[in-house]
Amino acid sequence: MLSEVLAVRSNEMLLPDIGRLTVEAAAPARPGQFYMLRPEHGAMLLGRAISLCDRQGEILTFLYKIVGKGTAELSRLREGDPLRLTGPLGNGFPLEDISGKIALIGGGVGVAPMVYTARALRERGNTADAFLGYPDSPYLHETMKTLCDKVTVATESGVCGAKGYVTDIFDPEKYAAVLCCGPLAMMRAVAEKCKAAGTPVWLSLENRMACGVGACLVCTCKGKSGGNLRVCADGPVFRGEEISLDA
Amino acid sequence: MTLETDLLGVTLKNPVIMASGTFGFGEEYAGLIDVSRLGGICSKGLTLRPRAGNDGVRMSETAAGMLNSVGMQNPGVPHFIERELPAMKALGPAVIANLGGGDIEEYVEGARLLDGSGADILELNISCPNVKDGGMAFGIKTQVAREVVRAVRRAYSGPMLVKLSPGAENLTEMAKACEAEGADGLSLINTLVGMAIDVETRRSLFRNRVAGLSGPAIKPVALRMVWDACRAVSIPVVGLGGIAAWRDAAEFLIAGAAAIQVGTATFSRPDTALSIIDGLGEYMSRHGFERISDIRAC
Ligand SMILES: Cc1cc2nc3c(=O)[nH]c(=O)nc-3n(C[C@H](O)[C@H](O)[C@H](O)COP(=O)(O)OP(=O)(O)OC[C@H]3O[C@@H](n4cnc5c(N)ncnc54)[C@H](O)[C@@H]3O)c2cc1C
Ligand SMILES: Cc1cc2nc3c(=O)[nH]c(=O)nc-3n(C[C@H](O)[C@H](O)[C@H](O)COP(=O)(O)O)c2cc1C
Ligand code: FES
Repeated sequence: MLSEVLAVRSNEMLLPDIGRLTVEAAAPARPGQFYMLRPEHGAMLLGRAISLCDRQGEILTFLYKIVGKGTAELSRLREGDPLRLTGPLGNGFPLEDISGKIALIGGGVGVAPMVYTARALRERGNTADAFLGYPDSPYLHETMKTLCDKVTVATESGVCGAKGYVTDIFDPEKYAAVLCCGPLAMMRAVAEKCKAAGTPVWLSLENRMACGVGACLVCTCKGKSGGNLRVCADGPVFRGEEISLDA
Repeated sequence: MTLETDLLGVTLKNPVIMASGTFGFGEEYAGLIDVSRLGGICSKGLTLRPRAGNDGVRMSETAAGMLNSVGMQNPGVPHFIERELPAMKALGPAVIANLGGGDIEEYVEGARLLDGSGADILELNISCPNVKDGGMAFGIKTQVAREVVRAVRRAYSGPMLVKLSPGAENLTEMAKACEAEGADGLSLINTLVGMAIDVETRRSLFRNRVAGLSGPAIKPVALRMVWDACRAVSIPVVGLGGIAAWRDAAEFLIAGAAAIQVGTATFSRPDTALSIIDGLGEYMSRHGFERISDIRAC
């Protein structure tokens, strides 16, 4: 883990509200882990949790969707601007515990962590199919095609791939394990399908965060057994049966 | 020149303490910063029995601050004494156990268990809602605070700080009452009570309606209250609220604080406290101050 101010290497918009930022950092990270990103001279008090999207050599890539002030500030960073990176944080996907045919399911910006996950799986000699769902224009699906056996895209608007939800197409029976990151509704649907099929599923959750390291308890979610779990430190990746996805 | 500071008879390596609820039990940050360099660490607020804390949204960023509605999520005093406390002590900095409660009996029983448990200092948090008084915090009315402090004082024999709320109806009267009831020192301020509304649902963002405001936004208010408290009592005062850099810390020490705490700023930069320690050292050499207490002016 590190907390360092690094120079932004590149930052570009892929779509009007989707940006891709890279930095150079040597410390290793696991697929599914995240960093707190905070522009050093920005107006934000807190860093924003962003998943590691990809890692090639010492280049870390992050993908962000502009949803508010913090992510808008990220989008205004230029090459060379100082950005504080704290991480890698959280547990990540347990790739060593799974084998066989794996399904990676990403919804919207939840596709981001699936890129490095697919790359790591390929390096382990494992194969994966990807199911990617978007509201409208897709992104990262071309990269995923180079890393997965098969990529299925669905868009709600129908601009690309099947029209509708990718979770309606996905069949858990065909897979030994499922890894999913996306909006709550998507994760609920995936968890339910996997439970019915008896396929183990890991979900990567999101919540508002302050510390990112398990100290402040603002990011908790409900565990099935009653207690609170910290999304930042106990997760963000949980076994489907560990957590309650009720609103 | 030394940064070493005496606080209530406990020797701190330096006057920089991590504020309750922002540093867990210390270990959470051990992978990110050299925790052993800190002067002290306040535990997450403890209650006699474990508590799950609040449901719903727990945090929202504000202009130069944040609102939190964690509630009092904690493992309970017995669990703390058995599990978290030994690990906290092993980190090196002085251990300050922060204690809350829903009624006086719960405070007293918690304090009794903590007495002699190995924590260096007890920090009594009187900003908790009083379940027997419609949820109004113990730290609002002097008379209510007086009763908690008196009862806990009888149950706890070690050094005790009372942590004041900025919501106190009369802060200097409150400070004097705590001193009279046997507090060995005061710490202030806790969070200011604030609120945020979700304009789409047109409901309060927080299930508990209100939330605690912390961070740089509250520093001027905290500094004024610390200044006032230092002039109202003769026991040591620990200053906190919005401290994010050594200059902020120096302001509180000049106002009369014996030590300072860093809370929310750690979230922005995990090494904030360490850079405050370094910055205070440089400031002292520049001004020829021998010890922390020399920084105090007036
Ligand atoms: C482990 C983790 C990994 C994440 N990975 C990515 C990623 O790779 N790319 C990406 O674009 N986003 C990711 N997010 C979500 C991202 O952190 C939030 O979108 C961001 O913090 C919003 O900040 P803001 O200031 O732009 O928005 P705000 O103005 O703070 O809020 C705008 C909206 O986002 C919601 N929101 C605020 N904070 C969060 C939060 N932390 N998580 C979810 N919703 C939030 C609010 O309820 C509000 O509706 C991740 C979140 C977590 C917890
Ligand atoms: C997330 C969070 C949790 C907190 N929990 C506690 C607590 O359990 N007990 C307590 O006395 N103060 C608690 N506080 C208050 C802080 O200790 C401190 O008094 C306050 O945040 C002001 O300081 P700051 O601006 O440096 O953060 C909490 C603050 C935050 C932000
Ligand atoms: S963000 Fe602080 S505990 Fe998770």
